[in-house]
Amino acid sequence: MIRFQDVSKVYENGHKVLDGLTFDIKQGEITVLIGPSGCGKTTALKMINRLIRPSAGEILIEGKNIAGFDPVALRRKIGYVIQSIGLFPHMTIAQNVGLVPRLLKWDKARIASRVDELLAMVGLDPDTYRSRYPAELSGGQQQRVGVIRALAADPSIVLMDEPFSALDPISREQLQDELIRMQQDLKKTIVFVTHDMDEAIKIADTIIIMNAGRIVQMGPPEQILRHPADDFVRSFIGKKRLHEEAGEPVTVERVMVKSPVTAYPTRGLAEAIKMMENKRVDTLLVVDRANRLLGQVSIYRILEHFGDETKTLADVMQPAEHAVKPHTPLTVALRMMSAHQLSNLPVIRDDHVLAGLITRGSVVSHMAEVYARKEMREKFHAG
Amino acid sequence: MLADLLDFIAVRYPDLLAAAGRHLAITVAAVLLGILVAVPLGIYLAERPNRFLNGLVFGIANLFQTIPSLALLAVLIPLMGIGTRPAVIALFLYSLLPILRNTYAGFQSVDPSVTEAAKGMGCGTLQRIFLIQLPLAFPYIMAGIRLTTVYIISWATLAALIGAGGLGQLIISGIGVNRKELIISASLLAILLALAADWLLGMAERRFSRRAKAKHGLSPVTPQMET
Repeated sequence: MIRFQDVSKVYENGHKVLDGLTFDIKQGEITVLIGPSGCGKTTALKMINRLIRPSAGEILIEGKNIAGFDPVALRRKIGYVIQSIGLFPHMTIAQNVGLVPRLLKWDKARIASRVDELLAMVGLDPDTYRSRYPAELSGGQQQRVGVIRALAADPSIVLMDEPFSALDPISREQLQDELIRMQQDLKKTIVFVTHDMDEAIKIADTIIIMNAGRIVQMGPPEQILRHPADDFVRSFIGKKRLHEEAGEPVTVERVMVKSPVTAYPTRGLAEAIKMMENKRVDTLLVVDRANRLLGQVSIYRILEHFGDETKTLADVMQPAEHAVKPHTPLTVALRMMSAHQLSNLPVIRDDHVLAGLITRGSVVSHMAEVYARKEMREKFHAG
Repeated sequence: MLADLLDFIAVRYPDLLAAAGRHLAITVAAVLLGILVAVPLGIYLAERPNRFLNGLVFGIANLFQTIPSLALLAVLIPLMGIGTRPAVIALFLYSLLPILRNTYAGFQSVDPSVTEAAKGMGCGTLQRIFLIQLPLAFPYIMAGIRLTTVYIISWATLAALIGAGGLGQLIISGIGVNRKELIISASLLAILLALAADWLLGMAERRFSRRAKAKHGLSPVTPQMET
């Protein structure tokens, strides 16, 4: 679909960003370009829609050299999503999404129905959001609009330049999931730049790992995880793992849930139950405005007092009898949990600020990770 | 005193209005010329960053600004004679810098990611400028035009010295024949004209900035859970 043939980029100051890059991007796949900053991944991406011109070599789309295309016409056929979102602040959501169709001179009715269809696809109610302005949306919603704006004219190629890296972790996860879901139907050829290996592994069909303007390794995520080509790749995919190999004791901080479900003491009991229901937890940590741990309250304790409407969490919470510091070794925390029959264990810093929560779930997922990696490592050494 | 003034206005209002009309016409002509030259020039400079050219153009525009208005008018007499034309030219030269500066600043203020998105999506240069950058820079440009207009209305009184007419003509005559009413009523009219222009252009400016600038929040709003 897209072919890079011996592509180089040298800037006037002699800095070589890309050095003889040759690879193929397959149709209908998500190809992720990944590497440390300055490795040339964004430069390579921007060459596909001719925002950057190669110094040498050529780029072919469906066998045709793009140097022969009119750049403006080419860009209208390629979707483009950027990290800073770049929505046009003076245009409504509908105008933003409909811009490329408008440039392509679609008629108004067709643009309007396309906009509604796309908004619905990413879970934004068209009647609510169509006429809003970008600043009225949250970051996650803005980038959803950024993504559908790129899809508006139904391009077969979509370029995404670190599209989710400026978002908060929750929105980022959601958008990654949505991208994977949409891709199942859309089957676009997506070229995606990121520096986040977790993201790459999650969404990629093919990962291209770059360093200093060259490809270090290219292949499906599974293959790269199992057979990293060299130390660079190994360090890139497994910084966490290296710590374990160095024999450092695992601390509570590495395993804890970083944003446990908390509530202020002024919450009513019905509200608290609703919250626990939403977040699917059986215990709430009660904190003050500075996020200092005041106590905790279980669902059973709330139900006991539920009849009394005047009560708030302050009345029913119990002091957290056991807590650990972030640097406490995990083994100590586990011993504590089993000795006192605790289902969870708050982690607090020296100033009493809540840092996280050790739950059985977090311990299990940590163990799973450790074993999966150990197994992988053994296979790697054996192979 | 006040009664005299009111009597005077009651009798001479056709003259006063005619002078105000001419005053306004000179101002509008100068500002329109200024817009026609300075806005495209500002856009060009912002689009093609070239340090030498920028320095040169801003330097020249700045230079015009520093010439005392009386001197500039005097210099234009041998070149263009007297009358409305040299007056409009002089005032036009004064209008260049504020409009140029604000157009340039307005274009610079557009978030580069917005410009990049427009380019990457396939906007041609003109489409990018007219659909994206100009609307976003509009509040700045409008502010420059408003400021200039108010100044030019005030400076245009001096243009009467080279025979351009307008309210300045009445003031000069008032000085000549020592009629306070004439001086005061013409000055008041000039003030009113400036205030009215400021108010009207301010309205226009706010209308647009409400649409563009208030919505100018690209940084993600407080992260929230979406369902």
